[in-house]
Amino acid sequence: MSTQAIIEEKLNTQLNPEHLQVINESSNHNVPEGSESHFKVVVVSNKFSEKSLINRHRIINEILQDELAGKIHALAIHAYTAEDWSEKNKQAPDSPDCKGGDGTFKNA
Amino acid sequence: MDVLERIKKQVDENPVIVFMKGTPDMPQCGFSSRTVEALKACEVEFGYINVLADPEIFENLPRFADWPTFPQVYVKGELIGGCDITLELFEKGDLQKMTKDAVSA
Repeated sequence: MSTQAIIEEKLNTQLNPEHLQVINESSNHNVPEGSESHFKVVVVSNKFSEKSLINRHRIINEILQDELAGKIHALAIHAYTAEDWSEKNKQAPDSPDCKGGDGTFKNA
Repeated sequence: MDVLERIKKQVDENPVIVFMKGTPDMPQCGFSSRTVEALKACEVEFGYINVLADPEIFENLPRFADWPTFPQVYVKGELIGGCDITLELFEKGDLQKMTKDAVSA
């Protein structure tokens, strides 16, 4: 199973999101073609209500801890409640451009 | 000094500090770059550690606050998050308030 599919399945199962986007952004970065190294996730779930931003991210980091310890080099996280999501007009921010990187560790 | 103590010392001594890839003037990662731009726009003094220049901190920072990724921003000794959270707080105007409050305390 691709890393992308694993991420989708884990987030779907554990957060029951009403909206989920898992985007492989690896091709924007300094990695070989076909890599699964840089991802962006947009998750809209009522499991985030009453949770601070940092705690929402911690929930996702924990769900994806095996992937973060392994293949994923960078993970952009946009975690919203349904209310936040409609306030944002159902748009999550774009990820930044690569600055060359160093091929070594984790960004987000 | 133990590496975790070194990290703690930096976090305690700098009311606002970012652990990033590269430097504020020469960031080496898009996420670090955006984070630093937000901090600069807050117009407060902030410290930084270039994790690429300090392999020991690079390897051990993730376990300091149980946060797996870089950059990491600390305000008044507490992790506020990485790039996405820092930017979201900036857009809401919260980052400006938090950092001003931290440096004037």
